[in-house]
Amino acid sequence: MDSLSLARAVRAHVLRMTSTGRSSHVGSALSCADLLAVLYAGVLRVDPEHPEWPDRDRVIMSKGHAGAALYAVLAESGFFDAAVLHRHYQNGSFLSGHVSHVGIPGVEFSTGSLGHGLPVGAGLAWRARQTGREWRTYVLLGDGECDEGSVWEAAMFAGHHELATLVAIVDYNRMQSLGTTDETLRLEPFADKWRSFGWDVVEADGHHHAELLPALRVPRTTERARPRCVLAHTVKGKGVSFMENQVLWHYRPPSAEELERALAEVGAG
Amino acid sequence: MRNRFFSGLLTAALVDPDLVLITADLGFGAVDDFAAARPGQFVNAGVAEQNMAGLAAGIALAGGRVFTYSIANFPTLRCLEQIRNDICYHHADVTVVAVGGGLAYGALGMSHHATEDLAIMRALPGMAVAAPGDPAEVDAVLSDLLAGGGPAYLRLGKTGERMLHTGGVSAPRGTSIPLGGTGGEVLLCSTGAILDATCDAAQLLRAKGIRADVRSFPWLDPFDAVAVRQAAGEYEALITVEEHSIVGGLGSAVAEVLAESAGGTPLIRIALPPTSSSVVGDQQYLRAAFELDAESISRRVRNHLEANRGLASQIR
Repeated sequence: MDSLSLARAVRAHVLRMTSTGRSSHVGSALSCADLLAVLYAGVLRVDPEHPEWPDRDRVIMSKGHAGAALYAVLAESGFFDAAVLHRHYQNGSFLSGHVSHVGIPGVEFSTGSLGHGLPVGAGLAWRARQTGREWRTYVLLGDGECDEGSVWEAAMFAGHHELATLVAIVDYNRMQSLGTTDETLRLEPFADKWRSFGWDVVEADGHHHAELLPALRVPRTTERARPRCVLAHTVKGKGVSFMENQVLWHYRPPSAEELERALAEVGAG
Repeated sequence: MRNRFFSGLLTAALVDPDLVLITADLGFGAVDDFAAARPGQFVNAGVAEQNMAGLAAGIALAGGRVFTYSIANFPTLRCLEQIRNDICYHHADVTVVAVGGGLAYGALGMSHHATEDLAIMRALPGMAVAAPGDPAEVDAVLSDLLAGGGPAYLRLGKTGERMLHTGGVSAPRGTSIPLGGTGGEVLLCSTGAILDATCDAAQLLRAKGIRADVRSFPWLDPFDAVAVRQAAGEYEALITVEEHSIVGGLGSAVAEVLAESAGGTPLIRIALPPTSSSVVGDQQYLRAAFELDAESISRRVRNHLEANRGLASQIR
C-alpha cells in the first residue's frame, strides 16, 4: 500500500477505535498518522511475517498515548489482522490505550509514561553499532513529551556517541494536555536545542509525504556522524476539521454522529 | 565486595562479548580495569540514571546482557520507573547494581544511604533481588546472575567486608545459607553485608547461654520460604537482621511467610526505624547509633526474649 492510502486507512481505524472504545487521544493519533504511514510504507526494513527478525529496523512509539495509530499502522502493514482493532480499550483486550507489546506482533516497546523511548532507542542504536549490525532505530516523540528531562539525557548521550542510525521524530503539533506548548513550557528555539546536543535537524511538514520520505531515510552505517532529529510540523487532529488544533480532542472520543462526519472527512465514509 | 564484583564481572566479560557494563559516572578506581580491558563493552552514561536504565533496556532487548552501576539510591530510586516499565515489563536482561548498601556511605548523609532499596526492588514484578553477605556470597550470587540473567537487583556493600564463609559457597537463586551450627534455640536471619554483625551477635548470645544459629539470605526474591517454614518448626524464635528500613525488607519477607504458615513462632525484626535520619557518621558509628551493631543486636534479642516470659522460660 502507498503511504497516502496507508495514512487514510490509519485515520479511519483510529477514528473507529477511539469511538468504539470511548478512548482518549484521538487528536494525538491523527497527528502522527502520516509520520507512521511514511515510515511503514516507504522507509522501514521490517518483515510482518517475521516481526522479530534480528536485523529489522526498530520503531519505538515514545508518545505511547497515541497507541491507536501504531496498532492501526501495524495491522494495515500485515503484522496482525485488522479485525482485532475493534478490541482497542475493551475489557480483556491486549490493545491498551497506551502502547503495550505483549501479545501484539510488531510492537517493539511498551510505553505510556513519557520520556522513556529515546533512552531505549539510544540503547538499540548503540547496540547496533557495537555488534556491527545495520538496523536503524526510530523514536517517535510528542512535543509535550520533550518536557521530560530523560529525553534530553538521551539526546545528550546520542549526540556525544554520534549514534547516526538513531532518528528522533518529533510530532510537533504544538498542543499538549492543557494548552499549547508555548503556553505550557516553551520549546523554542526547538531545532537549536537539538542541534546544540549534537543532532542533525531536519524540519519538515509532518503531513507532506514527499517531504518526509528523504528526511526519514538515514544511512545504515554509523561512522562519525550525527543522530537525526526530524522536527515534523503537524496539526493535532489532522484530517478532521472539527478536531484540528483543539485540546478537547486530546481527551474526548467521537460520538457516533461525529464519527460519521469525521470518517467522511478523512475519505473513509 | 565491590572489587570482588568487578573482578568477577570482568572475567565473565572477557569470554562474553554481549556483557555490557554501564556506570552513571561512578566507580573511580573500581571500573578502570573493566574499561581498559573491554572498552567496547563499557559505557559511562554520565550523571544520568534515567537514561542509563533506558539505555540498558535497549541494549538488552537487542541481545546485550547489561549491568548498570552506581552508588546506593541513584541506579534504583532515581530511575525507578525506567526499571519498572523498561526493564521489568520487557524482561530485559539487566542487572541493576548498587554499591554502598545500607549505611556504607554513612558520612555522606541520607542521600547516599540505601535503606529502602530492598523493599522497593522486591515490589517490582519479575525482579530478582540479591544482597550478598560477604565476598564469597558475591561470587556465588554473581555466578547465578551471569548464568540466569536479569531483571535483577544486586546490592553490594562497599569494600573491605570480611569473609564469613570459610570456603566457597553456592547460592543458587532463591536459596539461603546456614553458617556455623544448626539445632540451636534461636535463628538469626541476615541479609546483606550486616552478616558480619549478625555472626558476631550470635557469638555474644552464645556467650550468654542462648544457642543462636545464623542463616544468610543473599536472595530476597525469589525468597527461601521453605527454609523459613522449616526454621519456624525447629527454632523457638526467628530474628531478622538487616541494614535497611523495617518496612518491606527481610523482616517483612519472613513475616509474610510466617503469617501464612501454621504455628506461632515469634519473630523479632531488627532493622532501621522507618524514619529519615540526618545523623552523620561512618558505617560502624551509624550501626551503633541505630542499634544494629553486634552488641546492640545481641542486647535487643535478649531483651525481646526476656520480655516474652513464656519464651524466656523455654529458653532458660
